[in-house]
Amino acid sequence: MANVASTTASAGTEVTARALREAVFTGLITLGLFFLFVGLKTDQNIRNELILTERWGLLATFVAVSMVGRFLIVAYVQPWLAQRKAVKAAAPEIVKGESFFSRNLSKIAIVALVLYPPVIVALVGVQGSLKWVDNFGIQILIYVMLAWGLNIVVGLAGLLDLGYVAFYAVGAYSYALLSSYFGLSFWVLLPVAGILAALWGVILGFPVLRLRGDYLAIVTLAFGEIIRLVLINWTEVTKGTFGVSGIAKATLFGIKFDASKDGFAALFGLPMSSAYYKIFLFYLILGLALLTAFVTIRLRRMPVGRAWEALREDEIACRSLGINTVTTKLTAFATGAMFGGFAGSFFAVRQGFVSPESFVFLESAVILAIVVLGGMGSLTGIAVAAVVMIGGTEILRELTFLKVIFGPAFTPELYRMLIFGLAMVIVMVWKPRGFVGSREPTAFLHERKAISGSFTKEGHG
Amino acid sequence: MEYFIQQLVNGLTLGSIYGMIAIGYTMVYGIIGMINFAHGDIFMLGGFAALIVFLVLTSFLAGVPVVLALLLMMIVGMLAAALWNWTIERVAYRPLRGSFRLAPLITAIGMSIVLSNFIQVTQGPRNKPIPPLVSSVYNVFGIAISLKQIVIVVITAILLSVFWYIVNRTPLGRAQRATEQDRKMAALLGVDVDRTISVTFIMGAALAAVAGTMYLMYYGVVVFTDGFVPGVKAFTAAVLGGIGSLPGAVLGGLLIGLIESLWSAYFTIDYKDVATFSILAIVLIFKPSGILGRPEVEKV
Repeated sequence: MANVASTTASAGTEVTARALREAVFTGLITLGLFFLFVGLKTDQNIRNELILTERWGLLATFVAVSMVGRFLIVAYVQPWLAQRKAVKAAAPEIVKGESFFSRNLSKIAIVALVLYPPVIVALVGVQGSLKWVDNFGIQILIYVMLAWGLNIVVGLAGLLDLGYVAFYAVGAYSYALLSSYFGLSFWVLLPVAGILAALWGVILGFPVLRLRGDYLAIVTLAFGEIIRLVLINWTEVTKGTFGVSGIAKATLFGIKFDASKDGFAALFGLPMSSAYYKIFLFYLILGLALLTAFVTIRLRRMPVGRAWEALREDEIACRSLGINTVTTKLTAFATGAMFGGFAGSFFAVRQGFVSPESFVFLESAVILAIVVLGGMGSLTGIAVAAVVMIGGTEILRELTFLKVIFGPAFTPELYRMLIFGLAMVIVMVWKPRGFVGSREPTAFLHERKAISGSFTKEGHG
Repeated sequence: MEYFIQQLVNGLTLGSIYGMIAIGYTMVYGIIGMINFAHGDIFMLGGFAALIVFLVLTSFLAGVPVVLALLLMMIVGMLAAALWNWTIERVAYRPLRGSFRLAPLITAIGMSIVLSNFIQVTQGPRNKPIPPLVSSVYNVFGIAISLKQIVIVVITAILLSVFWYIVNRTPLGRAQRATEQDRKMAALLGVDVDRTISVTFIMGAALAAVAGTMYLMYYGVVVFTDGFVPGVKAFTAAVLGGIGSLPGAVLGGLLIGLIESLWSAYFTIDYKDVATFSILAIVLIFKPSGILGRPEVEKV
């Protein structure tokens, strides 16, 4: 008994010693990493010359925090995790029956989303609901829709597209330009934008048919940049970096959302507020996003959807079995692009202003990140990832209480993208298969069951 | 004619910078088959390190000779960038080795966002201009060649020879090539694969930092978003030359530099990037594995 106690004690000191060693090592690395960039800051003085400001205190804080953090992780968190794993492995596996909640998750989510605006209005009033419906509702749903659209290309067909934002831009500019030059309404232009984006999907898809893997990735990235650069430089039509402003709003069966006497508010005897338009837009994007999901789910059961997934799993086998890979790839590009176009025209109508600034590579990267973090091919996972990543960064705008801790000069918004990037890395390392790691194949033998995402391939093309 | 040669010289200079960055992309791609999206930001980080060293030298040790200053900027930049890239590989890419292909791509994009925003937060979002370091210009047969252009081309040539020597003639290079061909077999034959990959990242970062220093010296300004455009162009160069091939990366870099400066000289400067990317697309359509790349053999 005493023997056992002494072994644990020596193991304990050994762990502590290792933790100390690693803490010192981490501290040295942190010092090296941050010495130049945190310890010294380049500032402009009044004569516009660069001068150095020293911030050794901040550097010391960084090093100290990293050392303490590493020590705690090695000394306490890692043994605890190992112990938990051992307990879990020893315990017999309990097969959990599916609860009502998990079986009907998507239905519950849709009902919750439909009820979201009235509940928010009831809780915080019509004016107060603006922020919640717009920043947290519409913003997230746009990304959900975009990610579901890209999912068709990346998740189902396995074609790595790094320039998806190009189709978003095509959709947005189609609506913005056609409505301001020809005065066409949103409902006419929504399908037009989708068709134009799909057309561009085919045009851009043609040259890349022979390319695979990372070559495909770089060419799609290049196309995305080309479209953006053309939007910037073709100033006669697109007004360049100034963007197109004053884009017409959408109407609901001809009812306008403005202060006129046959506007929405006056017609229903409600006090005038811009919140109604936002709530209308919320339902609009919700409808569009659900359409994307519905089409994706139905297409997966159709020959073309099966061909996409077959293409992702094995292109050579696909060709050998007589599937036309050219049309299969092009339909994937076109379908994905079409939803991007829809989302784009929605974006234009929501903002009332489009400029090339909104369609940078970072947007493509964010959408792709949502698709991969959600677990490619899983619609639920992608929605969860969009809520976590976009909602999470939106929340950072709200964290004004941090000013109390870090002083009034502290702006949490500045750290938004920094934290977004870190979250991308951490989530990916923590769950390489995405939030939802299981898939439900559409074709099965005998019985339908979920399989691990590791069994699906990610495609080469 | 003189105008044309002048543009060739400018293109060659720009191309050298792209080539140096492209080598980092191509080596990492060759050895672990991933696009290291953060590499462009490592280049920017190297430029910032050089900038800070330059300011330290001018404000605390005034009167340092220019050669020594440049050398110090380069060396410190190389060290800083190498340490960053090593750390990034360790925390963001190594845990995902053997995972599926898109996972490290996403962490790389995440790291790229982290790096540029880290510099924005710690160093501020404004342009950082420095006074010209070397300003003499020589006139050779009516063509103006500035000293900094010569410095850039010479340093690129020296570093490339050193690099070529390391990869082709040293045990380290042999380990790298072995890991590139077959990681599992290399490990079985006693190559420390993890260490080899780390060293590859360090070497790539060091070259990118030199490119960053040269970029700072050539343009006299650096800003936190600088990693993206040169990064994408260098990656384009690597793909154009055939990704995984070292001479291909340099060739691709020089080609991109030449296309860019010739296009700006003879057509509109606005569409120079469009021209670069279009030529990339056209080359890849007719030669899908790049100029010097080996065609991929599919095993069934």
